[in-house]
Amino acid sequence: MPRNNDIEKILVIGSGPIVIGQAAEFDYSGTQACQSLKEEGYTVILANSNPATIMTDDTIADKVYMEPLTVEFLSKIIRKERPDAVLPTLGGQTGLNLAIELDETGILEEFGVELLGTSLDAIQQAEDREKFRALMDELNEPVPPSEIVNTVDAALDFADDIGYPVIVRPAFTLGGTGGGMCDTREELEHIVKNGLALSPVNQCLIEKSIAGFKEVEYEVIRDQKDQAIVVCNMENIDPVGIHTGDSIVVAPSMTLAAKEANMLRDVSLKLIRALKIEGGCNVQLALDPESFQYYIIEVNPRVSRSSALASKATGYPIAKIAAKIAVGLTLDEIQNPITETTSAFFEPALDYVVTKIPRFPFDKFVSGDRKLGTQMKATGEIMAIGRNLEESLLKGIRSLEIGNGDFHLPKLEKVDTDDLLVRIQHADDERIFVLAELLRRGITLEEIHDITKIDNFFLRKLQHIIDLENKIKATPMDVEALRYVKQYGFSDLQVARIWNQSEEDIYNLRMQESITPVYKMVDTCAAEVESKAPYFYSAYENENESRVSDKEKVLVLGSGPIRIGQGIEFDYATVHSVLALKEMGYEAIIMNNNPETVSTDFSVSDKLYFEPLTLEDVMHVINLEKPIGVIVQFGGQTAINLAEGLEKRGVKILGTSLEAIDRAEDRNKFENLLETLDLLRPTGKAVSDKSVVVETAKNIGYPVLVRPSYVIGGSQMEIVYHDEELERYLNKIDDINPDKPLLVDKYVTGIEVDVDAISDGETTFIPGIMEHIERSGVHSGDSIAVYPPQRLTDDVKEKCLEATAKIAKELNVIGLINIQFIVQDGDVYVIEVNPRASRTIPFLSKVTGVTMANIATKAILGESLQDKGYETEILAERDHVYFKLPVFSFEKLRSVDTTLGPEMKSTGEAIGYDADLEKALYKGLLASGIKIPFEGSVLLTVADKDKAEILPIAERFHSLGFRLYATEGTADYIKENGGYPVDAVGKIGTDDLNVLSLITKGHVQFVINTLTSGKQTRSDGFRIRREAVEHGIISLTNLDTVDAILSVIESTTFNAETIDAYKGEN
Amino acid sequence: MSKRQLILADGKVFTGDAFGAEGKTAGNLIFFTGVTGYQEVLSDPNYFGNIAVMTYPTIGNYGINRDDFESSIPFLNGMIVKEVAQYPSNFRNEETLDEFLKQHDIPGILGIDTREVTRYIRENGSQEAIIVDGHVSVEDALAQLKENELEQIPVHTTSVSKPYIVPGEGERVVVIDLGMKHSILQELMKRQLHVTVVPYDYSVESILRFKPNGVLLSNGPGNPEDVKGTIETVKELMKEVPVFGIGLGHQVFALANGARTEKMKVGHYGMNYPVKEVKTDKSWITTQSRQYKVDQSSLVQTDLEVTYVSVNDGTVEGLAHTSYPAFSVQFNPEGAPGSNETNYLFDQFTELMQQNKNNGDEK
Ligand SMILES: Nc1ncnc2c1ncn2[C@@H]1O[C@H](COP(=O)(O)OP(=O)(O)O)[C@@H](O)[C@H]1O
Ligand SMILES: Nc1ncnc2c1ncn2[C@@H]1O[C@H](COP(=O)(O)OP(=O)(O)O)[C@@H](O)[C@H]1O
Ligand SMILES: [Mg+2]
Ligand SMILES: [Mg+2]
Repeated sequence: MPRNNDIEKILVIGSGPIVIGQAAEFDYSGTQACQSLKEEGYTVILANSNPATIMTDDTIADKVYMEPLTVEFLSKIIRKERPDAVLPTLGGQTGLNLAIELDETGILEEFGVELLGTSLDAIQQAEDREKFRALMDELNEPVPPSEIVNTVDAALDFADDIGYPVIVRPAFTLGGTGGGMCDTREELEHIVKNGLALSPVNQCLIEKSIAGFKEVEYEVIRDQKDQAIVVCNMENIDPVGIHTGDSIVVAPSMTLAAKEANMLRDVSLKLIRALKIEGGCNVQLALDPESFQYYIIEVNPRVSRSSALASKATGYPIAKIAAKIAVGLTLDEIQNPITETTSAFFEPALDYVVTKIPRFPFDKFVSGDRKLGTQMKATGEIMAIGRNLEESLLKGIRSLEIGNGDFHLPKLEKVDTDDLLVRIQHADDERIFVLAELLRRGITLEEIHDITKIDNFFLRKLQHIIDLENKIKATPMDVEALRYVKQYGFSDLQVARIWNQSEEDIYNLRMQESITPVYKMVDTCAAEVESKAPYFYSAYENENESRVSDKEKVLVLGSGPIRIGQGIEFDYATVHSVLALKEMGYEAIIMNNNPETVSTDFSVSDKLYFEPLTLEDVMHVINLEKPIGVIVQFGGQTAINLAEGLEKRGVKILGTSLEAIDRAEDRNKFENLLETLDLLRPTGKAVSDKSVVVETAKNIGYPVLVRPSYVIGGSQMEIVYHDEELERYLNKIDDINPDKPLLVDKYVTGIEVDVDAISDGETTFIPGIMEHIERSGVHSGDSIAVYPPQRLTDDVKEKCLEATAKIAKELNVIGLINIQFIVQDGDVYVIEVNPRASRTIPFLSKVTGVTMANIATKAILGESLQDKGYETEILAERDHVYFKLPVFSFEKLRSVDTTLGPEMKSTGEAIGYDADLEKALYKGLLASGIKIPFEGSVLLTVADKDKAEILPIAERFHSLGFRLYATEGTADYIKENGGYPVDAVGKIGTDDLNVLSLITKGHVQFVINTLTSGKQTRSDGFRIRREAVEHGIISLTNLDTVDAILSVIESTTFNAETIDAYKGEN
Repeated sequence: MSKRQLILADGKVFTGDAFGAEGKTAGNLIFFTGVTGYQEVLSDPNYFGNIAVMTYPTIGNYGINRDDFESSIPFLNGMIVKEVAQYPSNFRNEETLDEFLKQHDIPGILGIDTREVTRYIRENGSQEAIIVDGHVSVEDALAQLKENELEQIPVHTTSVSKPYIVPGEGERVVVIDLGMKHSILQELMKRQLHVTVVPYDYSVESILRFKPNGVLLSNGPGNPEDVKGTIETVKELMKEVPVFGIGLGHQVFALANGARTEKMKVGHYGMNYPVKEVKTDKSWITTQSRQYKVDQSSLVQTDLEVTYVSVNDGTVEGLAHTSYPAFSVQFNPEGAPGSNETNYLFDQFTELMQQNKNNGDEK
């Protein structure tokens, strides 16, 4: 059926800022969808508030509205643009929920806007737990016994009936937010209360636990002719009970016989047909390992996280095809973009094993609750492809960048076996390493299987890896042994550990003996049909399929899995670098391992190697392709960290030299650099010996900032105010590695400024400067930032420019450089120099209109900035005001403290812009998920050091008509010094109205809390903040943020004033 | 593990390690692209005389079970895999693939770059090949391969030698067995049909003596032109009763109506072949296992119309007679392994038999 000609203009709803459960995969699918619609000749209007994405580039859609994703703003866009249709199924849960809300307001009907993809009925039927169950009954498809509840009591009653354990699943939430498994009544009470609060419809499903079943997913596509196919099925190694997003997953399924696989395939197709979905759909099923009994877990009537994975795993671009189906095309008439000869109506055949492993944020949130369950906690994931599961898994492990990449965490060696066994009972993020350790200790598969219910097939494969380790132990440097284990994905590093050699030795031995991998194509059809996709993975096999062209090539290294501190921004920069290379006529080759992103879409680059980003794996590609050089500056710390090893092995690093990188990152060299250039920096020292840290801090003078060197996103960074606090910090961290000393700096209070520049070594061009709202001390990734700067004098800006230009010149920066300054009393202190693309590149590129990564790439390849008209200057500022706001995923991460500090915690970002500062900030806050209450109550509870500052804030809330609550100390202070009414509330544990019950009962709209975590992590301050987050109440931990929010409220609301309030004003 | 070689008729050699039975074996080298389904491939009579390259790299994951055989003995001559699962895991698992192959005297090779072999077949076409031990010279192997070519007609082996009956309460159907898969029989039984299975060379008269309401031409291996007698039988039968042909049965039906068949450069062995029903313009995923196809251009002078086409290249996937109640499909509507979403064809056949019976009653 040809494309729908009744429509011309389509509004695509994106998924907004990145949060756990809804991440970069929607940038990938959204970008594909927009391009796919444009390909068909439609005008595409995009609404997405996430500035860090490729999707919101102005080349992807015809018009981009980076406005808050709310009904209000979407309605404005609809009225203004008058689209003929809206496509909501590619914007994750956010897109779907908005479609439902829009429909309810009647605006779609009013303007005759058609809903493409999936009908609202179908969305409701799949998403509303009750309707879904009804549908399953009607179709005669089994779901675990369950009941929908709207109250805690109903939940408890039902659980008493069916028996524990039970699962709580809130309706209409993402990534299992608010859900969980409950073994006891107490747990159920707690979780259900929380779940009801988080569900927009106050609804939860209480369900019998089927933990331990196999969890299998089917990615299905259907068109309007009712033709439907399964793109891919996937099996979770972690059985039901651990969220698929947090499970290690293989594709295709490995333990299902043809009959079982086909049975579940039939079910999946039946469901997509029953729901009449036009587009992609994800079906999650549980299968009894001992029978044909299965249950439907859920159906996502849209493109999902798993569909991005399935697309990369098979080569079949689900989102692209789904978009075409949404506008009326049918599968049989769409071409398979990989083969370019066959049709999109077919089911990919895989001839490799794909493994997906989630990446968790617990290297950052050390005290967070690491246990895995039905609520997703991973921030990102990696995918690996191999010709056997061992290879695929081991490649995956080293793609994670956990530890040194080996299938072995040394710290586990010291843990008792009993403790390890407990750790696999309640799986946590390190489970796979714990399993390896247990197998090394000879714990039997039976025992492990009994505890974990992981299928023996998978356990056998783990055992095989350990067996191989043991087998080769006795024959160090044996060539045949090496050749053998390489086929099973052993890295040089792993072999080196077993043989007690250096990684270099193993690599050299292999080169000598020509033990190197070949590359196989991902072609959707197991080589049956000739394919065109330039999409490859390595394997230790016979035939190499990656033909090397005679064009000049450049290899760009990606940034690996998304984690806090290294997010989608780096993928954005990587993609632009690749596009720039293509523009220049180079063959652009990319290496990356993140299945969620645009950079690993095989149609972006000239060639894609889906491979781990380790020295070994990168060298193999370089040895084959012989590029003129490698670009490392767009792939975050992942790529930068590879530069040294690559250069040692004779590879040319393009752009800024390794030496310059080192001069910026090595503490001593950095200090010398600033000294030479006569630039200010906070007093500080690098300490390699734990015992002198306290003394050093004393000499510098508290407060000081401590952190390990060579980290990204401020890992393990803290501001400490006295000895005791410092001691506590030292106890928390590992021993200091002399190569990576501990840094102790004077904590300088001031305005923090982010500068990103492009340099060719001569000219240093700054498209824009960003100023932070919060004073220094809040990580740049977590603070609200504004462009253009609002409080900086021309003199200060000039100083920033000068410093940037000086540093860029001295380091001979070629490409991008990011510098962070603190401005105090007109002085400009340099706190950090990153000679690479930074997190702010996409934001700045979009608000200034300068495609920074593109220009930088051209500079890297030798083009002069001056020739292109750029000078050493700051580009003239725009008139509008643009805010970048952090977005957190605290609801998903239990036991993580929400206090903002120098350690980054946010997972995503949102943008707000307008002609007017307050309006821009208002939109930004809204876009970041903060609905500002204009009236109500505020709870104040602050540390002593902040008491003086809280006064004006309290006063402003008061005059805006808010009721003030405060804990006793704070209340007393306000009463004494401010003299306006404030209600003192009791501490935690006092039985009447106390600080916690205020929150849990929803009596306050804001919580302002600056109590530090104190001695124990479970301090009062911590509990107050967590309760606020869990009850969806705005919780602010920084007074500058409060100040900014207050100014927004002030500018948009009316005060109640007496008639003579303005008397003295003229 | 000892070395073993796969030597193709054109002299190309691939080396790997031995698994399965000892000894050598020859056969037509094909590749199967399904991820699962090795047990069905082993036992589907369509694979008679073939050496199958399994493109999915890990084979044997769920072992061998009691239920998923497509015939009582395996017909495959040899199997080429990347890796064999030593420890299958599945609740129905009874023995490993390796044990099964040993038991049934089927040699295999593992550790071969199966993707390379597949690409080789794709480029150079299916051909005869031989599996021999590592020490055998290529010349010797090729000589042995030649000897082997004195081939018999596969259907002679895969068909039953004597008729048998599977009683049912519904219509009477006679299956002309060219190498019928069990799943086809099961589809018929599911519909309560009274099934009589007869050998490929059973005469028209003997068949009609069963008073069938319809005749099913089963799937089977090899070149349809080899079963001349059956073609003649079908010519007569389709005038009398509804006929439904599957796979080889489809090709025989085409030949019986004056069309031609031809060998494909590369056969279709897998479970992801898209076909489209011409009448409804709707596409389905099908399982196929065949080396031959009906030549579209030869249909012009016949009374056949095309009912199904391949979505990928438009070639013939299904036929119907323009005046008789007779039709056929190239693919396997019973799936096994893989999609059986086209098994509505068995319903259509059953209805056709019912209608025809009623019409007959009226006469
Ligand atoms: N009845 C159940 N018993 C045990 N675990 C379950 C049950 N239902 C779901 N789960 C687990 O919870 C996870 C999340 O549930 P799901 O309904 O898929 O929510 P989400 O919308 O977050 O994906 C599943 O991946 C599965 O592992
Ligand atoms: N000397 C200092 N005084 C005050 N704040 C600082 C100082 N050094 C760093 N910070 C704060 O810590 C945050 C993180 O430090 P930074 O050096 O930028 O680390 P990262 O590598 O994680 O970006 C900064 O954004 C800033 O707010
Ligand atoms: Mg789910
Ligand atoms: Mg920083």
